[in-house]
Amino acid sequence: MEMNETPFVELRDVNLTYGRGEESLAALDQLTLSIAQGEFVAVVGPSGCGKSTLMKLVTGLLLPTGGTILIGGKQVTRPVESVGMAFQNSTLLPWRTTLANVMLPFEIVRPHKRRLRANRKEYIDQAQQLLTAVGLGKFADRFPWQLSGGMQQRANLCRALIHEPRLLMLDEPFGALDAFTREELWSVMQNLWLAKRFTAILVTHDLREAVYLSDVVYVMCQRPGRIIYNSKVDLARPRSLQTTFEPRFIEIVHALRERISYEHSL
Amino acid sequence: MIEERRLRLIVPWAVTIGLFVIWEFACWLFAVPPFILPRPSVIFQAMMQFREQIAQHSLHTLFTTVIGFALAVVVGLLIGLAIGASQLVYAGLYPVLIGFNSIPKVALVPIIVIWFGIGTIPAVITAFSVAFFPIAVNVATGLATIEPEMRDVLRSLGANRWEILTKVGIPRSMPYLFASLKIAITLAFIGSVISETVASNQGIGYLMLSASSRFEVPLVFAGLLVVGAMGIGMYVICVIYEQRMTRWAFRGNELMT
Repeated sequence: MEMNETPFVELRDVNLTYGRGEESLAALDQLTLSIAQGEFVAVVGPSGCGKSTLMKLVTGLLLPTGGTILIGGKQVTRPVESVGMAFQNSTLLPWRTTLANVMLPFEIVRPHKRRLRANRKEYIDQAQQLLTAVGLGKFADRFPWQLSGGMQQRANLCRALIHEPRLLMLDEPFGALDAFTREELWSVMQNLWLAKRFTAILVTHDLREAVYLSDVVYVMCQRPGRIIYNSKVDLARPRSLQTTFEPRFIEIVHALRERISYEHSL
Repeated sequence: MIEERRLRLIVPWAVTIGLFVIWEFACWLFAVPPFILPRPSVIFQAMMQFREQIAQHSLHTLFTTVIGFALAVVVGLLIGLAIGASQLVYAGLYPVLIGFNSIPKVALVPIIVIWFGIGTIPAVITAFSVAFFPIAVNVATGLATIEPEMRDVLRSLGANRWEILTKVGIPRSMPYLFASLKIAITLAFIGSVISETVASNQGIGYLMLSASSRFEVPLVFAGLLVVGAMGIGMYVICVIYEQRMTRWAFRGNELMT
């Protein structure tokens, strides 16, 4: 995979402290991280290590108390436009059908916003195609509560990706699903990424998930969060469930797990 | 299931008729004089006898109530959106709203009469003033309880505050709005009847007051029953609208009235 010289997402010595004075709480401390264009990275670590804070910082929903965050070479000072986001609980709007949910970004993101009214048919086709690609073709007219958890999360991914964002943020998107559905969605996710090659940041505490999907896995330590270890995943793509039983895969997962439990024992 | 559904349609009628039967029987058993508590049969007789006046006055009450209610929906929705969307507006307006809502509305009527004279306008204003508060509070609650993740998803797409309000805030507060309409419509009836009783020469409240001054107690009770029936009717209309507009919030459950 070719990589650009300058990283697409760059965090330099980022600090984030909640509150002031004695009650202040350092969530992130001197965090430095750079992600190349089109790279899929995972951030793993125990809960409460500031992973979700990291997500908010990268998307500009939260501004750092120290350090710099750059996206595409530009400093982040307000919410970054046109980022795709998917959370653990699918945030589909319950009053919209699946299709209408997937269409949501078109109503907000420029230039689609202006073109939507005149080119509605074209956009609907595009949304319908993406839904079909994740196996939801026949469920476009259903409401979210009529779908299973796995199907909701598929629709959620579609909504996060429909407007082809340069950056996709995944905050434990498969955390609430059963093991079978989760593994199925890893492959759905990988196929979407292989087709579009967007930059993606996945926050998870499932190490197998992190290794399956990413090019690099970063390990964060407990508060205040810092990157303490990273592991390049040099497994060929596309990966499959079979890959997860290969010695190299298991080796990488073990190394990550050891690093994390070592951190815990300190 | 069919059996249960049919039963659910019959039960409200059965209970209502049952209450009337008990009432009738109790009056007969304890020989209650009709000017204290008339029997339902006597009330229905009075209802038939005075049906033209009752129809005319109750239609007037319905008219003032619906106008007051409509005003309450518009104003309540706007206030609710404002205090739900902005912490600052909330902090500023909420104490005033609570204070206003604590005032017994019957105490307002004389003031409204000084401003507008007796008749329809005080009734409309009173109906409005009791009905808008629950609407405003409910809409504000709907807005304030938006999941932060939903807001984050929209903000990360580049949505501005107006877009977040129209795409998520307003649709999300609709079930709260419709829940409050059911309460508000019955309150609006209370408001307009109170005002008509104190200061009007039209409406069911006026009819009841003048009937009681002539000791036509069965007619007073006929008025009460008509108000109750109109309240139920409007409530049902609100529920039907609620089910239509916010079907998603009921997740396909059966119609509940």
